[in-house]
Amino acid sequence: MAPMKVYGWAVSPWMARVLVCLEEAGAEYEFVPMSRNGGDHRLPEHLARNPFGEIPVLEDGDLTLYQSRAIARHILRKCKPEFLGAGSLKESAMVDVWVDVDAHQLEPVLKPIVFNCIINPFVGRDVDQGLVDESVEKLKKLLEVYEARLSSNKYLAGDFVSFADLTHFSFMRYFMATEHAVVLDVYPHVKAWWEALLARPSVKKVIAGMPPDFGFGSGNIP
Amino acid sequence: MAPVKVFGSAAFTNVARVLVCLEEVGADYEVVDIDFLAKEHKKPEHLAGNPFGEIPAFQDGDLVLFESRAIAKYVLRKHRTDEVDMLRESNPEEAATVDVWAEVEAHQYSKAVAPIVYECIVYPTAYGIPTNQKVVDESVEKLKKVLEVYEGRLSKQEYLAGSFISVADLNHFPFTLRFMETAYASVFDSFPSVKAWWEKLMLRPSMKKVSADMQRKV
Repeated sequence: MAPMKVYGWAVSPWMARVLVCLEEAGAEYEFVPMSRNGGDHRLPEHLARNPFGEIPVLEDGDLTLYQSRAIARHILRKCKPEFLGAGSLKESAMVDVWVDVDAHQLEPVLKPIVFNCIINPFVGRDVDQGLVDESVEKLKKLLEVYEARLSSNKYLAGDFVSFADLTHFSFMRYFMATEHAVVLDVYPHVKAWWEALLARPSVKKVIAGMPPDFGFGSGNIP
Repeated sequence: MAPVKVFGSAAFTNVARVLVCLEEVGADYEVVDIDFLAKEHKKPEHLAGNPFGEIPAFQDGDLVLFESRAIAKYVLRKHRTDEVDMLRESNPEEAATVDVWAEVEAHQYSKAVAPIVYECIVYPTAYGIPTNQKVVDESVEKLKKVLEVYEGRLSKQEYLAGSFISVADLNHFPFTLRFMETAYASVFDSFPSVKAWWEKLMLRPSMKKVSADMQRKV
């Protein structure tokens, strides 16, 4: 069977979400680097793969997939279904809940912090400090809920590690590289959960391709 | 078996999303109103169901869930039959395609449609906040780009994930229904396959029933 192909750039948090799942699955895959600066994602060749002109894209045989969470689910369903709680109505529901919490609660709050604090200074855009401050306050409220959850459960979906935990990694990685990382210090269970994620071999491998400044400092932008 | 409980009325788009799925599978359910204006969703009783203080929450026996798209999947998975299979999880290729288009709904489509619905309907009527026309105009342009992609797809196949209806189609229902109540509904006229897909969806008994429930005021 031909290895899966994944297209994009490794610094992207959406790409990293997929790469972590490929690594956890122990799947054979080929990484096809694309240039964001060169506009590779807007070329007809890529639009034929993903009409929304985004990355990552996964090719698995005849199947071409986009949207990082859909790609991740496919990989896990195929190679590590227990990470989706497959076979258990309750476990799969809890995985789905916390994957969506990341998507609809946490990521919308982390994204403005990461983009303003890390990227904007490099690309000559103003830092919207008001938005950053507002987002940090919102984040604290969210972390209270995560703290409560992780105080009574080892992992987000319950006592088993799952896609719900893995899906959080990539945006958290960049948030934790900002000056606001200290926010986690008052949420000890969240901090411990985060450190446990960082210790996973899959995460260590993927983080190597994710410099905390998205590669801007070294001029190594995709 | 006791009926499941959905906390929040159909007037809320995210509640309606769950109700459509319950109707599609013919499950017994009970809707428990949450008084939004009285901030009942921020009170301890509701927070026990949805710790983020949002609507809906959902209860099936001792299982409590939140996040409408996660609840929808649970309902569709639990009640899956050969005739009504909205997730296609026993077929990896179909399941993956369903997932792609469910994510497209959540991240491409709703990001364009929701601000239009909020600015044109929710903020003025529920909060007395005037429409931010700049946000609306930008969102309409975004929506047109998204609908171009949808048109390409739906001109070649009946439903978003293929020849079969799935949760990806169903999840579009509540925000699209509200969007059709705004002055921008005619945007769909330029996308005939999308318009036909929507009109076909609206013929489904589940959509008719929940549409009627959605006409109640918040």
